[in-house]
Amino acid sequence: MDFELSEEQRQLKETLAGFLAREFPFERLKALKRSGEARDEKLWRGLVELGVPALLVPGEAGGLGFGPVETLALMEACGPSLLLEPVFASAVLATALLSELAGEPSVDRLLAELASGARIATLAHFEPESRFELEAVQARAHEDAGGWRIEGRKSFVLQAGMADVLIVSARLADETLGLFLVPRSAAGVKLIEYRLVDGQSAADVVLSGVQVPAAARVGAHEHASRALEAAISQALAALGAEAVAIMQSLIDATIAYLQTRQQFGQPIGRFQALQHRVADMLIQLEQARSMSVLATMSCRSPDHKERARALAGAKALIGEASRFVGQQAVQLHGGMGMTDELEVSHWFKRLTAIDLWLGDSDTHLKRYIKLMQEEAPTV
Amino acid sequence: MNLEFTPKEQAFRAEVREFLRSKLPASIRDKVLAGRELSRDDYVLWQRLMHERGWGGMSWPKSVGGVEWNAIEQYIFEEESSRAGAPRLIPFGIKMVAPVLIAFGTPAQQQRFLPDISSGAAWWCQGYSEPGSGSDLASLRTRAVLEGNEYIVNGQKTWNTLGQFADWIFCLVRTDTKSKPQAGISFLLIDMKSPGITVRPIALLDGGHEVNEIWFENVRVPVENRIGEENRGWTYAKFLLGHERTGIAGVGISKRELERLKHIAREQRGEGGRPLIEDALFAARIARVELDLRALEITNLRVLSAEGVERAPGPNASILKIKGSEILQTISELMMRAAGPWALPFRREAMEAGWQVDPARDGATPEYAATVMSTYLNLRKLSIFGGTNEIQKNIVAQMLGL
Repeated sequence: MDFELSEEQRQLKETLAGFLAREFPFERLKALKRSGEARDEKLWRGLVELGVPALLVPGEAGGLGFGPVETLALMEACGPSLLLEPVFASAVLATALLSELAGEPSVDRLLAELASGARIATLAHFEPESRFELEAVQARAHEDAGGWRIEGRKSFVLQAGMADVLIVSARLADETLGLFLVPRSAAGVKLIEYRLVDGQSAADVVLSGVQVPAAARVGAHEHASRALEAAISQALAALGAEAVAIMQSLIDATIAYLQTRQQFGQPIGRFQALQHRVADMLIQLEQARSMSVLATMSCRSPDHKERARALAGAKALIGEASRFVGQQAVQLHGGMGMTDELEVSHWFKRLTAIDLWLGDSDTHLKRYIKLMQEEAPTV
Repeated sequence: MNLEFTPKEQAFRAEVREFLRSKLPASIRDKVLAGRELSRDDYVLWQRLMHERGWGGMSWPKSVGGVEWNAIEQYIFEEESSRAGAPRLIPFGIKMVAPVLIAFGTPAQQQRFLPDISSGAAWWCQGYSEPGSGSDLASLRTRAVLEGNEYIVNGQKTWNTLGQFADWIFCLVRTDTKSKPQAGISFLLIDMKSPGITVRPIALLDGGHEVNEIWFENVRVPVENRIGEENRGWTYAKFLLGHERTGIAGVGISKRELERLKHIAREQRGEGGRPLIEDALFAARIARVELDLRALEITNLRVLSAEGVERAPGPNASILKIKGSEILQTISELMMRAAGPWALPFRREAMEAGWQVDPARDGATPEYAATVMSTYLNLRKLSIFGGTNEIQKNIVAQMLGL
């Protein structure tokens, strides 16, 4: 039993965290958000140079072939900086999905381009009505002129505006799920872009009569659904790790604030009501951290039910902890917690987004309950 | 990062399992699994069987006859013991006074006391709290005055657990009234047969006799029964509090009781005659505490693994105590609520060994329902003893620099 990162993993995390602290200080994030620009391209180039997009790409496709623990290290390093680059969308989620399908020529080509930073991909799977339910896909793909014609609408597609390739899911004639590599610039693809509460750019992607060649379809038969489920598993673990790192930052900042802010002639951290609140925040963080470890170590478990249960449990518990820690960090900062000036409100908003993304804590608690009810009695 | 136990730890677990399978008396196991009360003889027998296996002083160093189990091994032992229905080991001897003896006692004191603790021949209890000194323990007033080679002890201790069974008590007493409170306390070992000691039971809300008041009237204690130096007792007591972290979360017991809760929730019928575990709201409550327990299990193992690396005191012991107590309290509350109306008829005697449902007397009461209320009431203690959860939060805040 070992809960530590390996030397290599620790170095990866420290290098990235150091780079982000230097190149993307909080003032830069604030300026970027206020300017309305979606991103900092120079920062992305720096991350590419550090090899971030190559981390999860399999070795055969020109990447580093890292797995869930390195993903945890990556997300813990990036979390507190709140960067707006497509690290999660492209380097984690899209890459994890494509890695599940590695071996297919068009997939391997794209993976190599992602690894080198030449291209960016994002998953266009969830839809206006799906509420992040994995199976709820209404977009359709019709076989047409030796290729495919895709119709449908995708929502909350992360960083679609900077992506070169959209990985689009659509129902086939036999109602199974197909995955298609669609250039963002393809005719019939329309983006309705918006910002999420945490400043990340996203879009609705409207697909009207989008024609792609036969080779654009990846993951034949059941393979597409399985790959999607595996990729979402890794994404759940990754978001958990990010949330844990942000909660830690919020608690550190809150303690520092309570030590310096003076009222009634003393630091407000002397007041027991506030001390106990911080203790409660720390307890929730430590429990969330444990579930992040469990999610990371489970997301490739061959036992489907156990994996699903661990991940649903982690998303539920981390979501609850995120709400509590985020809300209380704002509360304990008083009026300052309400401002745009401090990192606290920005971290709070990111935690709020993470909880909603891929389904909130109640959604996952319900999944967990269902799996618990199905288990065989032991006594 | 790796969540697997090592092959050596797995082999150790198998060894523990085999010991429990072959040596745990069925009569004791049945009581534990049914949530019944154990007798003094049950506890003593179990400690003796542990001793005969060579495991009497499991965490002690080998130099004083222990087996030097590390934190993970102790955790595995606790988990397996709980699962198998072994009694909890009474902590006052092996886990509390023994580490103090080993760290601060003289060789003569160690030779005199440790063997009987290991074999179960001597039952120890704790004399800390007083009527005016609970959370503020350092304000304690039980007085010990040195006269020649003896201390004369006068005062009153309270919330003493199972002292009615005890041969010995370790006490914090005031030996200096002039310095600041923490600096005037000594650590004495007192023979419970000493003239002048009176033990009186405190009636508790569940009807059980678990705690006592103990009165000391001119009790004479030989000076060689003092641990370490006079007026340094607070240091030894703090060492003791910080020492035992392995069992503090109670993960093993909570896992066993969670399975019992699910069993009851499958047996009891909710709305529409469907098993209670299919009720959306009740199932959510079970799932929520199960999740907390899964997380705590890993939190506990994280803390124990880190202890091999760094021993600096942090907020971890308090976190484990707070969360562990909340979880077991929640499970016992849910068992009581799952039994529902069957938890209402109060039968204290159902806690005793051999009690069985008699339809002529008890109607259709399921057997498991007869004890759930007593247990629920009794376990309210978990967030109060060993430093209330509020005191634990003070400690956490202090450790964080607030």
